[in-house]
Amino acid sequence: MSQVMKVEIQRYRPELDKEPFWQSYDVPYTKEMSVLEALAYIKDELDPTLSYRWSCRMAICGSCGMMVNGVPKLGCKTFLRDYPQGMKIEALANFPIERDLVVDMSDFIAKLEAIKPYIIRETEQTPEDGCSIQTPKEMEQYRQFSMCINCGLCYAACPQYGLNDKFMGPAALALLHRYNNDTRDEGKEERMAFLNAHEGAWGCTFVGYCSDVCPKKVDPAAAIQLGKVDSAKDYVIAMLKPGE
Amino acid sequence: MSKRKPYVRKMGSTWWTKNNFHTMYIVRELSSLVILAYSVILLFGLNALRGGEAAFDAWFAGLTNPLAIVFHVITLLWTLYHATTWFSLAPKAANLWIGENRVADNVITGSLYAVLGGVTVIGLLIAFVL
Repeated sequence: MSQVMKVEIQRYRPELDKEPFWQSYDVPYTKEMSVLEALAYIKDELDPTLSYRWSCRMAICGSCGMMVNGVPKLGCKTFLRDYPQGMKIEALANFPIERDLVVDMSDFIAKLEAIKPYIIRETEQTPEDGCSIQTPKEMEQYRQFSMCINCGLCYAACPQYGLNDKFMGPAALALLHRYNNDTRDEGKEERMAFLNAHEGAWGCTFVGYCSDVCPKKVDPAAAIQLGKVDSAKDYVIAMLKPGE
Repeated sequence: MSKRKPYVRKMGSTWWTKNNFHTMYIVRELSSLVILAYSVILLFGLNALRGGEAAFDAWFAGLTNPLAIVFHVITLLWTLYHATTWFSLAPKAANLWIGENRVADNVITGSLYAVLGGVTVIGLLIAFVL
């Protein structure tokens, strides 16, 4: 037998509404039902006008980020059974709302692109040059930071980004750290300006919530603090080498 | 014609009350205020020391006021809370390796508690035994 849960969703229809409003739906659920499935039920059975983003249903595409009772979550990885008191769902915090649960992530994507998130080589290698060998220790320096799925939950968790969107933010700085610490990469100098900036690592006040909400167990707060160490070293080295 | 009209939510000055994690972050950061007040009191003490024994005794007598004692207990507890939050975050800022193995988080945190304990014991010995 399924139970019924009252699910409250914050709606926003740009062509009709001045500001978001709350709407309530009664959703029958079993203990296996995810928030994403509940949204599908609402759209299919109760209200076809509800808009939300989704794709993979298995926490790898990063599309279904939303606030569940004020906490950033992936809809596909959050289950109704864990919210016996009911749930309030709204669009991912700190991003402009396009419609209902759909947000505009273009600022976040621009930041990810800006930090040159790819391996830069001084001279291009060809397949004939053979493999680039790394030891387990070398790989461990960046491996977890490469697990990011760009869902934006860390940006919704970050008050610094919410208060000032000039801040590069957790995922972009973690990605920067990921490439700077890859032994195959030779582009560190090109990325240091982003890290050293006031809006770079130093814009972070180590709230630490970004790492807490990450659905892939990436630790952006760690990447940023280690980025501060890198940035401080870079500053001292620059002082010792004037004229460069 | 585009019907786009992105809605930007304002955070407002009470943003930190809406999420427990953010509330505890602000509690951590607010400890700086009592630590600032404590430091100022200590600076007055140093200044009193320069002014001679009578001035120092007057400053010291002020500290025995019940309000001053309550303030110092609050400062101690709040500072200890701040310290524990930083100890638990410290492994994130330390990428330490011994050979091919990363130093475990609990070793880093445990070392910090050991140092705090050691310094506290030495401080108490200096204050009450020597």
